Amino acid sequence: MIDQPLFHYALRLGDDSLILGQRLSEWCGHAAALEVDLSLTNIGLDLIGQATSALGYAGDLEGAGRDADGLAFHRDALDYENCLLVEQPNGDFGQTIARQFLFSNWHWLFLSALAASKDATLAAMAAKSVKEVSYHVEFANDWMVRLGDGTPESHQRLSAGLDWNWRFVEELFIGDDVDNEMVQRGIGVDKASLRAAYDARIIDVLNDANLPVPKKHRAITGGRRGHHSEHLGHLLSQMQFLQRAYPGASW
Amino acid sequence: MSDKATNEASLKGDWALWEVFIRTRGGLSHRHVGSVHAPDAELALKHARDTYTRRMEGVSIWVAASTSISASDPAHADAFFEPAADKVYRHPTFYNIPKNIKHI
Amino acid sequence: MYTTELQKVSALDNSLSADPPELVAAFEARVAADAFIEPKDWMPQAYRRTLVRQISQHAHSEIVGTLPEGNWITRAPSLRRKAVLLAKVQDECGHGLYLYCAAETLGTSREQMIEALHSGKAKYSTIFNYPTLTWADMGAIGWLVDGAAIMNQVPLQRTSYGPYARAMVRICKEESFHQRQGYEIMMTLANGSAAQKRMAQDALNRWWWPSIMMFGPPDDNSPNSAQSMRWRIKRESNDDLRQRFIDVTVPQALALGLTLPDPELKWNEARDHYDYGPIDWEEFYAVVRGEGQVAKERMSARVKAWEDGAWVREAAAAHAVKKAKRNAA
Repeated sequence: MIDQPLFHYALRLGDDSLILGQRLSEWCGHAAALEVDLSLTNIGLDLIGQATSALGYAGDLEGAGRDADGLAFHRDALDYENCLLVEQPNGDFGQTIARQFLFSNWHWLFLSALAASKDATLAAMAAKSVKEVSYHVEFANDWMVRLGDGTPESHQRLSAGLDWNWRFVEELFIGDDVDNEMVQRGIGVDKASLRAAYDARIIDVLNDANLPVPKKHRAITGGRRGHHSEHLGHLLSQMQFLQRAYPGASW
Repeated sequence: MSDKATNEASLKGDWALWEVFIRTRGGLSHRHVGSVHAPDAELALKHARDTYTRRMEGVSIWVAASTSISASDPAHADAFFEPAADKVYRHPTFYNIPKNIKHI
Repeated sequence: MYTTELQKVSALDNSLSADPPELVAAFEARVAADAFIEPKDWMPQAYRRTLVRQISQHAHSEIVGTLPEGNWITRAPSLRRKAVLLAKVQDECGHGLYLYCAAETLGTSREQMIEALHSGKAKYSTIFNYPTLTWADMGAIGWLVDGAAIMNQVPLQRTSYGPYARAMVRICKEESFHQRQGYEIMMTLANGSAAQKRMAQDALNRWWWPSIMMFGPPDDNSPNSAQSMRWRIKRESNDDLRQRFIDVTVPQALALGLTLPDPELKWNEARDHYDYGPIDWEEFYAVVRGEGQVAKERMSARVKAWEDGAWVREAAAAHAVKKAKRNAA
């Protein structure tokens, strides 16, 4: 018997990291300075590593012979369960930083709580990942302040990037049946409980960045049940191309 | 330090240059490994981390604005360093102690 | 990744030198005695110019070299391959960074070097002006292009200019996995389905000749070699390195069960080397002139990254100034 809720929980953890890692890898070779290129790539590599562990665990739980690659490369958008925020396009560096800022601050709180999970595998993965994500948070916060406070142009671009991504923040704190069961069993994180700490963290940075705290946006959701933006299909068609074009081949 | 580096950099151009020093493990000194460009000290540290410690090369990093490093002049290397060459009495091997005297 | 002598030091450059002969003699003696030259040491103008050109050309090659492989990162066929390719391209970015820093110690800023690249004044390795058409190109590049680069770079760890030699030590250490991951991709494809094997053979066919051109023009057409050898900026001749590359690579290709696109390639017992067919130097010089198939794409990608990044670099610098002022107040 598959532990369905736990399977989906691990899947979501992996999908968030995989999709954001894929997005960051699009930057490789195109950043504003060589140093920034190296930083973005380091974050992307952390996320791809996290995805590999979490999807591998999901595959084990499923017990249907799908490994991390099987899950990454052979699911269509309807079966992807990442949040909508991570699949948003890179846009300019301001939009990328806004996305990283909004996600990494949530990711850090989520993983910190998950490190206390009764599921030993999830707890261990979270404890390892949270160190990586601490750095992602620092990187994103640093750049929020620099772009927000820097020049009128950077301020305007960052505001637009924040505006683009802000719509998808509510979703991060909304739990569904899977979340509820995981919380009850002491495995998962009560997402709503992270909200106050999240707001405090991001308001601090927004203040330093001379940016107003955006108004609460109507929740746009769907990612966790496979209803995504139009962007995800394109991301997947690129990422999965070889596995789809040559079924059964090993690489 | 960071003010000086920043003010000397043109806002439009590339960032200022920083020298990077890394302690490879506890107990060792920091050692110069290279440089990075960065707009300020905080980012210089992060750039150094992302550039020079990707293969677990370090446990601690120092960065210093390149402009704040003073170096000895190689043209005066003779005057600077050669006078030390004949002061052999500063080294333990200068002294002859009989073999039967221990712990000295 | 590296190509020797795409741009020559003109004879005029050398003859106009106003360097004091006694300093030149002392310098030559130090280099001949295998001493390292450091940034603040006196050096002949031609030495400095040649080094800036060579190191920056090497740096440009690393940076432009991120693009052909970067083309496949988002399409890598497994999570492992994706992580490996991303880490490899990141290394190249880092290697460009180390090399620009080494060249900067000679008094030319990274920005000046980047402008020279973007304006077409500076050159980079011809190999990166070929397109990456299939996944097998990731294998062929790692195996052949990195293999050729390593062969070129290893001797430069003992080059006379300290910062360059130290950068090369770090680069060679980091690159040790690059060639192996490429060969591993080729092995997997060569032992895979018919379609994968075809892909591998096609990539080898396309990358073989450009890879052996990476060692630069033949020795008899390489007039500055003597000076560069004496200065230990260049340590072995183009043809020697090329021959060594061919000798070690052919058995690797045969082990894959693939064929090499050179009908004249055969082992010569008497020479103890492989003989190989004529290299199309017309093609090489055309690519050096900027006529490579994707030269325009490569340069426009670099220029776009630099120009799109201008507001980011400016913002961070502006914030640093504001913060310094606030702290001083």
